[in-house]
Amino acid sequence: MPLISSLFGRSPIRPMQQHMEAAVACAREVLPLVEAMAAGDTAAIAERRTEISRLEHEADEIKNEIRSNLPRRFFMAVSRRDMLEILDHQDSIADRAQDIAELAEIRSMKIPEPLREPMFELVRRVIVTCEQAERVINRLDELVETGFGEGEVARVEEMISAVNREESETDAVAERCLRTLFAIEDELGVSTLFWYRIIQWISEMADFAERVGNRLRLLIAD
Amino acid sequence: MEAWLFEIPIAVWIGAGLALYMAWAIGANDVANAMGTSVGSGALTLGSAVLVAGILEFAGAFLAGGHVTDTVRKGMLDMDLVALRPEFLLYGMLAALASAGTLLLVATRYGLPVSTTHSIVGAIVGFGAVGLGLEAVAWWKVTQIALSWLTSPLIGGLLAYLIFSLIRRLILDRERPMENARRYGPVFYFYVFFIIGMLTLFKGLKNLKLDFELPEALVLSFGLGLIGAGLGWLFIRRVQAGPSNGDHRFRRVERVFVVLQILTACAVAFAHGSNDVANAIGPLAAVVHVAQEMDVTGKSPVEPWMLGVGGIGIVIGLATWGYRVMETVGKKITELTPSRGFAAELGAATTIVVASRLGIPVSTTHVLVGSVLGVGLARGIGVLDMRVVGRILVSWAMTLPIAAVLSVFFFYFFKGLLTP
Repeated sequence: MPLISSLFGRSPIRPMQQHMEAAVACAREVLPLVEAMAAGDTAAIAERRTEISRLEHEADEIKNEIRSNLPRRFFMAVSRRDMLEILDHQDSIADRAQDIAELAEIRSMKIPEPLREPMFELVRRVIVTCEQAERVINRLDELVETGFGEGEVARVEEMISAVNREESETDAVAERCLRTLFAIEDELGVSTLFWYRIIQWISEMADFAERVGNRLRLLIAD
Repeated sequence: MEAWLFEIPIAVWIGAGLALYMAWAIGANDVANAMGTSVGSGALTLGSAVLVAGILEFAGAFLAGGHVTDTVRKGMLDMDLVALRPEFLLYGMLAALASAGTLLLVATRYGLPVSTTHSIVGAIVGFGAVGLGLEAVAWWKVTQIALSWLTSPLIGGLLAYLIFSLIRRLILDRERPMENARRYGPVFYFYVFFIIGMLTLFKGLKNLKLDFELPEALVLSFGLGLIGAGLGWLFIRRVQAGPSNGDHRFRRVERVFVVLQILTACAVAFAHGSNDVANAIGPLAAVVHVAQEMDVTGKSPVEPWMLGVGGIGIVIGLATWGYRVMETVGKKITELTPSRGFAAELGAATTIVVASRLGIPVSTTHVLVGSVLGVGLARGIGVLDMRVVGRILVSWAMTLPIAAVLSVFFFYFFKGLLTP
């Protein structure tokens, strides 16, 4: 006898939100990391790296669970492929945070004085962008509750536009960072390359947060 | 032992036993589908769901279980041909009960999807075609019934899709859903009470001598709907207003649907009782009639004791096994919030009401599955496992032939056993 209950699969929405929470927590940890890098405190850097690795691992486990619980036979309010793509972008935020922490510890990097203020500013902006994207993901519940009603979709689209705006501002700060970096590149020598990478990784976290939003925008539009 | 007990033909004993078993199986498995959604959404606790289901299934079977019974009993076979060999109808109906019962037993054991409605219809076609001859089967009627198994879930799904879209447009997808729930909620209450009215009043409560013709039933149901709308209006007013944002924005709105969902679940349980009990009682009525009078042409009312057998069987099934199934169902359906559960059940209830009033036996479970899918298509449900739809199609294709073959076997078995 077919029971009604066998019709219902486990919704990936709550796990998606948990995953985003872990990914954004990674991004948030970059601020104390950068502060430790500014102080040249290697012990604190190692500590931050451990914490970021732990969070990244947590995100990975949620990611794997979501993936293995989304068989193709599921019919979902949000398409499976879109969901997995968003998941990938969310995961990249955590990955970038880990990349930064790894390089910071392995190479014991100390932020040169002129770069400090712009880098702090950049990280803060990135975190704001990621948190805005997290708020968007947290609205998935409401989207499903209203059955992707036009009104709710419009409200979420507005929130996604906010992510876009935050990201452009992040871009501007990242540019300031790079200009500062290249102004002192002669004194830094080969380190310039690594600082260039780190600044890029930091601003990429905002890029991925934006992609989370943009992918969701496509998904709720149809 | 009283003397009259020995005067009851052996065939009636067998028939009543098999009918009781069928009703038990329906109560054990099917009922959970009607009420389980309310348990899952948290609208009802398990205990109260079992209690309410028991009362309404029994009431549905006992008070309104007549229409489909007629179809199952005589709509599918050419009664003029049957009249030539009345005892064949007796063997055949016993065979139908036995084969449907066997199928259910095997299906439950191996977790295969089988509808009681489908197996009884298949079994009657089977013994009819072999025992009485191909021309004895009212093929047009059978085709009609088989087609209804395809169309009824589609109609249920379409209705549920429309109802959910309406709920979304009017209430959920608004800046202030609670205010709109206050404004439009009574409309939904009206509709639910109207359906309950049509379910019970329109040729429904035959056994209470409370059956009305269509125009009267419409008027009375309309009145009942207005009363319901008034009650709903009072209830919604009691669901406190207050600030409507954040997490609580939808929780309070959902509460407006809790009562609606319980009411529709009750309507489904009642309809299920009146519709599916026919699967057990229809054949039994034929057996009793033939055994006592050796006559198939005369009008024989379904006697209350037969409906009682069906009702009691369902309640026993519910009490012995059904509550566990319902618990399982309830635990798994947490995705279905009251607004969704309401849309799905109302779509299903409407479809079942119309089908059983037309005397067409449909599968309650399949209609309900169709309705849930309808809500899903309206993007109302996060994740649906489409495997079930495949299983239903398989069941649809397999149950008929297997039940038919089994029933031919049992037909010859009972013929050998009971031929004097």
